Amino acid sequence: MKKTYIGMFAATALASTVTFAQAPGKVKVGLMLPATGTYAALGTAIENGFRLYVDEQGGKLGGREIEFVKLDDESDPSKATDNAKKLIKRDNVDVLVGTVHSGVAMAMAKVAKDTGTLLIVPNAGADAVTGPMCAQNIFRSSFSNWQPGFAMGEAAAKKGYKKAVTITWKYAAGQESINGFKEAFEKNGGKVTDDLQVPFPNVEFQALLTQIAASKPDVVYTFFAGGGAVKFVKDYASSGLKATIPLVGAGFLTDGTLDAQGADAEGIQTTLHYADSLGTPRDNAFRLAYAKAFKSQPDVYAVQGYDAAQMLGIGLTAVNGDVSKKAEFAAALEKAKIDSPRGAFTLSKAHNPIQDIYLRQVSGKENKVVGIASKALADPARGCRM
Amino acid sequence: MTNNDTSKSVFVAAIFAALAIYPFTGSEFGTDLVTTTMVFAIFALSLELLVGGTGLVCFGQAAFFGIGAYSAVLLSPQYDPGSVAILLPAAVLTAALYALFVGALSLRTKGVYFIMVTLAFAQMAYFVVHDTSLGGGTDGIYMTVKPTLGAIDLGDTQALYWVTYVLLIAVFVFLAVLSRSRFGRALAGIRVNEQRMRATGFSTYPYKLAAFTISGAIAGLGGFLFAVKDGAVNPELMSWHLSGSVLVMIILGGIGHLRGALIGAFAFVLLEELFKSEAIFGEFSKHWHLGLGMTIIASVALLPRGLVGLPGQWGQHLLGRATRRAEDMEVQNAKA
Amino acid sequence: MDFTIFLIQLLNSLQYGLLLFLVASGLTLIFGIMGVINLAHGSFYMIGGYMAFALAPIVAATFGGGFFSTLCVGLVLAVVLGYVLEWAFYSYLYEREHLQQVLMTYGLILVFEELRSLLVGDDVHGVKVPDLLAGSLPLGEVMTYPVYRLFISAVCVALALGMYFVFSRTRLGMMIRAGSTNREMVQSLGIDIKFLYRVVFAAGVAIAVLAGMVAAPVSSVYPGMGNQVLIICFVVVVIGGIGSIRGALVAALLIGLVDTFGKVLLPDAAGVLVYVLMALILLWKPDGLFKAG
Repeated sequence: MKKTYIGMFAATALASTVTFAQAPGKVKVGLMLPATGTYAALGTAIENGFRLYVDEQGGKLGGREIEFVKLDDESDPSKATDNAKKLIKRDNVDVLVGTVHSGVAMAMAKVAKDTGTLLIVPNAGADAVTGPMCAQNIFRSSFSNWQPGFAMGEAAAKKGYKKAVTITWKYAAGQESINGFKEAFEKNGGKVTDDLQVPFPNVEFQALLTQIAASKPDVVYTFFAGGGAVKFVKDYASSGLKATIPLVGAGFLTDGTLDAQGADAEGIQTTLHYADSLGTPRDNAFRLAYAKAFKSQPDVYAVQGYDAAQMLGIGLTAVNGDVSKKAEFAAALEKAKIDSPRGAFTLSKAHNPIQDIYLRQVSGKENKVVGIASKALADPARGCRM
Repeated sequence: MTNNDTSKSVFVAAIFAALAIYPFTGSEFGTDLVTTTMVFAIFALSLELLVGGTGLVCFGQAAFFGIGAYSAVLLSPQYDPGSVAILLPAAVLTAALYALFVGALSLRTKGVYFIMVTLAFAQMAYFVVHDTSLGGGTDGIYMTVKPTLGAIDLGDTQALYWVTYVLLIAVFVFLAVLSRSRFGRALAGIRVNEQRMRATGFSTYPYKLAAFTISGAIAGLGGFLFAVKDGAVNPELMSWHLSGSVLVMIILGGIGHLRGALIGAFAFVLLEELFKSEAIFGEFSKHWHLGLGMTIIASVALLPRGLVGLPGQWGQHLLGRATRRAEDMEVQNAKA
Repeated sequence: MDFTIFLIQLLNSLQYGLLLFLVASGLTLIFGIMGVINLAHGSFYMIGGYMAFALAPIVAATFGGGFFSTLCVGLVLAVVLGYVLEWAFYSYLYEREHLQQVLMTYGLILVFEELRSLLVGDDVHGVKVPDLLAGSLPLGEVMTYPVYRLFISAVCVALALGMYFVFSRTRLGMMIRAGSTNREMVQSLGIDIKFLYRVVFAAGVAIAVLAGMVAAPVSSVYPGMGNQVLIICFVVVVIGGIGSIRGALVAALLIGLVDTFGKVLLPDAAGVLVYVLMALILLWKPDGLFKAG
């Protein structure tokens, strides 16, 4: 009985190597994104964006056909190393694309660094990916957690706010975002008096909202995403604080969540590298194509997926489809100007986008641009030695 | 040795023989995957000692696994390879110490309460690494250089496979010997009827505590290997999901048999791979949880004694009801 | 912390505690009376939440009416769901060991979560607070307290009283209590224990679904929402003493207090405090605060 299992086991493992043996001429892209769990919708948007660009190029990047291998990362960091290795060793992917969850992305970066596989991160904002973990073969098409936070810190100080309270989940992404905010806000004369934290993924905010009411700051900065963002915005409004103390945050607070938040989100200002109505011809074309292809409106995650594909395209073109030329691939991207729907951006030395961070305000069911909070903002890439 | 015992020994020997041949036939990825599975098998064996051997259902086993893993990474020097001779005992020892602490307190409770207290202590460990900077917080920490043992570099896939293989056999043999020892019989006695043991003036608490600590130590060993394999650790290693998964493994394999833990670990990993496979399920592989969930439900309905009991069930079909009744009696007796 | 703030925090903890009780009471019912460890309880809560979201437009179109009609329809569906699930899955578990119950209900979690993904998708959704309860009351200088939260608390209190009444004052409650202590004896008295269990299970599911539906307007609905409440529910049930409704209430309020004041006074340890509380209580009283009865 056990023997048959071992047999089956060997057979599956063997079969999978055979089935996935590299077809000549194709570049294999491993999409390691969440298909189940809290971030499943984000994974779908990223994949759609990525595929949209590849389809626009006729299924080819750098002259080579693109073949996808998908893997559900479950947003579980404890499985991340195995999953990344699976794509690299079993499926022999040339490029790894992923993911949403920071902890998973960090593990992927570690594997990419060890194996030298190209990695493009289409969302996860962990500062370390383009900080201490930075490498020649690791790129990011999204943002670092520090960026929107820093931009909002500047914007808030400019508005004349002096005293701020921050609130987030007790986890790395939140802390990094808060650090960015604090850095800029205090540099420009403000003071963060309280740094409130909720155990992750607890969504009972009432106690801390009472704290906020007690300390009466000029502004509240927050980093929440997904279900937590919806609940926080609603609780903030229903506790009456919204009327007296403005709530600002990193853009994820109101991205992909506006339907659920309804009127409670109206007027909230956030900072992010994308907005719903940029109105540029580039963005309009992208939104139209996306809506046509997938029967839904694109969001920032779709843009990041789209740009990840663009970055891959630029790199592959520079090396004529030869993924083994890592140095040339990287050099081409470091020089490139990426024609993103969000507005063109370049890559920093640590391979994180140098991009405009928009100040947006919720109006109706949209994040409308109010202005640019920080022009061509580059992540400081602390700890990156390359 | 009865006929039945012989067939069991042959069966287990066949597993280990197959595992010894595997690296020569499989791909590098396959070797990796089997290494992972063997690590889980060690982890599952540690729990089997408690659940099957002593009748203590621990729902926080991941804490010891995680502590072993974290110790291995935290104690590794940053730029040089650490020594397995130091790191391994250290990881096992810290896990055992935490198990001793948890066991000392939680063994005062029984049944469902025991399940929940062990969960609570695991959650504590989880929040300590999750909420403090001790272990890098949510994103975890890395082992930059893999440890070595003399000339053996555990950074090498093959080397790690063989070290894991040897340790798995060692754990298996250790537990097999243990279960036949006086100590093991005492544990079995506690499982069957603790009241009676106590009534005869036998102090059960030290025995249970010893079993709990040994179990934690073995889980820590699994954790050490996991950390070395991945070169990274994060709080999810201590989450209740992993404690749940490892419980599922041993139940799936068959409680009360060491080989059940072995089979369960392999079956669980294999099932996941199967339902995730795009080659078989296409687009629907996105919903692989559905297939896994239904299989688990079906296995409860159809395989009450786990995969280990499967040959027995087939046998019953052939031999008719008389045997079934006898076997059921046997099971009842074992359970009672 | 000045006195007003302290009072508001007390109110917050009371309200959170009551919500916890609402979710956990169905679990303690199933756990205590039928002896089944139901890991899928969180899934029922999730189903409730998604019902509040997905049923609303359907109910509005067929019957008219808003949140409260949805609530009624959802409850009816929940009872049916509970009844069917008991018949199809759980009735096989009474004679089995706890371990197999863990295994099967773990499988059910996976199935429910994926079915949710297939049927409703993976997006976060909000549920509108019913207009009738949309207002809020002033509280302190800058805060207001939403009426809907008071409504939730009222539902919880009503449920607690209702359960207490059914258990201690009605024939059904008596039969259930007897059935949980001695299944065979009750059966020999000519009571259809199978039916009784089915009813209890359906009620347990209905309470969890009710909790999900009532909480949906404040918590919104999102993938994985059930898993988040599951563990804390178990903590409530275990601290209170398995099967004890009164215990669940006391435990839920206690956890509400510890969680709320923990976040404020000991923010660094907030995550772990609830579990420390549970461990301490079980070391002091290994069977929980109130033994079932």
